[in-house]
Amino acid sequence: MEVFVFSLFNGVLYGMLLFLLASGLTLIFSMMGVLNFAHASFFMLGAYFAYQISQPLGFWPALIAAPILVGVLGAAVERYALRPVHRFGHVAELLFTFGLAFVIEEVVQMIWGKVPVPYDVPPSLNVTAFAWQGLDYSVYRLFMLLISVGIFVALFFGLTRTRIGLIIRASLTHPHMVASLGHDVPKVFMWTFGVGCALAGVAGVIGGNVLGTEPGMAIQLGPIVFVVIVVGGLGSLGGALIASLLIGVLNNMAISYDFSLYPIFSLLGVEREAEGILADLVSLTTGAIAPLVPYLLLVLMLILRPRGLFGTRDV
Amino acid sequence: MTIPGAKQTSVGALVIALLIILPLIVNSGFALTVMSQTGIAIIFALAFNMLLGQGGMLSFGHAVYFGLAGYVTAHVMNGMANEDLPYMPVSLIPLVGGVAGLFFGILIGFVSTRRAGTAFAMISLGFAELATGLTLIIIFFFNGEEGVQTDRWVREEWFGITYGPDIQVYYLIAVWCVIAAIAMYLLTRTPFGRMSNAVRDNPERVQFIGYNTHRVRWLAFSLSSFFAGLAGALHAVNVEHVGFETVGLGQSAVILIMVYIGGTGHFAGPILGAILITLLNAYLSDISPAWYLYLGLIFVGMVMFAPGGLAGLIMMHDPIRRAAPHLLMRMAPAYAAAFGTSLVALVGCIGLVEMAYFLSTTVSRNTALILYGIALDAADFWPWLVCVALAAAGALGCSRTYPRLAESYGTAMHEARRAVAS
Repeated sequence: MEVFVFSLFNGVLYGMLLFLLASGLTLIFSMMGVLNFAHASFFMLGAYFAYQISQPLGFWPALIAAPILVGVLGAAVERYALRPVHRFGHVAELLFTFGLAFVIEEVVQMIWGKVPVPYDVPPSLNVTAFAWQGLDYSVYRLFMLLISVGIFVALFFGLTRTRIGLIIRASLTHPHMVASLGHDVPKVFMWTFGVGCALAGVAGVIGGNVLGTEPGMAIQLGPIVFVVIVVGGLGSLGGALIASLLIGVLNNMAISYDFSLYPIFSLLGVEREAEGILADLVSLTTGAIAPLVPYLLLVLMLILRPRGLFGTRDV
Repeated sequence: MTIPGAKQTSVGALVIALLIILPLIVNSGFALTVMSQTGIAIIFALAFNMLLGQGGMLSFGHAVYFGLAGYVTAHVMNGMANEDLPYMPVSLIPLVGGVAGLFFGILIGFVSTRRAGTAFAMISLGFAELATGLTLIIIFFFNGEEGVQTDRWVREEWFGITYGPDIQVYYLIAVWCVIAAIAMYLLTRTPFGRMSNAVRDNPERVQFIGYNTHRVRWLAFSLSSFFAGLAGALHAVNVEHVGFETVGLGQSAVILIMVYIGGTGHFAGPILGAILITLLNAYLSDISPAWYLYLGLIFVGMVMFAPGGLAGLIMMHDPIRRAAPHLLMRMAPAYAAAFGTSLVALVGCIGLVEMAYFLSTTVSRNTALILYGIALDAADFWPWLVCVALAAAGALGCSRTYPRLAESYGTAMHEARRAVAS
């Protein structure tokens, strides 16, 4: 029981971090048609900026300043690099963000080195919130959950209840009409890109000290975020939330339970003492295949239902 | 009048002659390794460009077919050595890799080529991640992180060839490289090659004419996987080991970068990119730790400013050359000025990057560094000042010389058009 509760809790936490990344990416993707390969790189930059700022100033200034920096950087990338590439088409844009991810990883290595940096959980939050069945739960994890849920609520109300949200949603589907009504659509794009990157930056600030701040963190998380937005459906915040939680919880459950998949194969008549390829199948566990499941889901979704769970149009 | 294809034939003869004498001129072991790698990279790059350049399909996972074919080849060679499998000459083993690539290409291509554009790119990414994951799970076939070891010396073949010495492997790669390049070139000339271009440019219209775009993309994908598999087999023969990194995202990224920098719009572009990037990788990665940063920046710069790649930049001058070659000479001063200012900017920027890399990666407190043959202390102030000054001066110069270069190109084009018209 306690394993279930804790893996559920950790799964939700991981899922909410994924959501912080996916929410910005799905808005950017459905608005501009650009799959931003460098989105997870902005998440990484958030973590590194937070580390750098927290060295002299502490965690709290970093929590505010790092996402703003990342957001401004993202907006600048959109304005001065992505927009000129736009005239060469979507494939060129995709290639540009792919190259950008490559460059950001190398620049991070250039400035902070190849080994992980010691970006730690702030001591004031690194205390036990509650202990249950002999397992501790730190205040910091509750804090992460609070921040990510807060951002989801703010984003949801901002998009559905405010005038700015209305313009953004209209720009998703009817950019020409929005432009005809006198709004500066390219500027809307730029700020959406910037805010999306800032959200990824927030995820970096609050997640970097738990997941580890190192140059490989972007490439590890990046493809999973693609899975989230495809499964959730383009431009659907609710879909992104559900897909994030689904992947987060499934992943954590599969790893913490680590069921053997032998019973399934034994139904197919595989002996336990099998040899060759069957021996690999017999020893398979859910933990071993957990990293593969999201990509299987991605491929199946793109082939069978390209609009995702809650999307309204195809990828 | 000229005979059709005479130019291609003479270029081909020249290339073949060069491939034969090249190892006789530069006969160091390292150079031979680099040349073998280049040959494999050329086949793989040309195969990749069948998708990206000719078919308009951007794949982030084409190394899957390269790597899987490599695994199959390694197992086949091991099987032949143990006499579990009937013998076939190692000279022909690239065909086994090609067939393996074709098999996986047909299988995976059927589902992934149903969509084009971004969806195709994402599906290819998904398959790349799946393949990488499987290499670590299916130990029986992939042998986990260790990979599969093999031995290319199976038994003596024609003329006493054993593939023991590297030089014999070089010639094997060279022969297959020429065959594959010719085959892929001829493919672009077939009706299928033209249909592939049409599906890239205007799929809707192709459907109206009555073609099945999915089937055209599927065929292009399968054939491309065949040649990628051929390259993968040669890779297995060359290094006698196939590891999980050969199917991974990194390998796919490198080939994508090579092809794009070389130029996707011209048949020779990928060849150019493969030669250039393999050479630079071999010789620069030892000198500079920042080599991948430079590669990434070159790639991003190409995407932003020269989407045609190097081949595109060269071919821009072709109309001028044909109409009036003397106009090219008139552009030389503008080119020299642009080149000079770029060089100043580059020296400054590279200096900054090298010093920054040195400070962040060096473990000891030793900050002494040799840059451009000058011994200096990276913790000092003045080297940074000099580099910043050079970079700024170069950038300022570039902002003047590049518009002038564009202007001189425009004038030359204009005059070339007039020369043709008159």
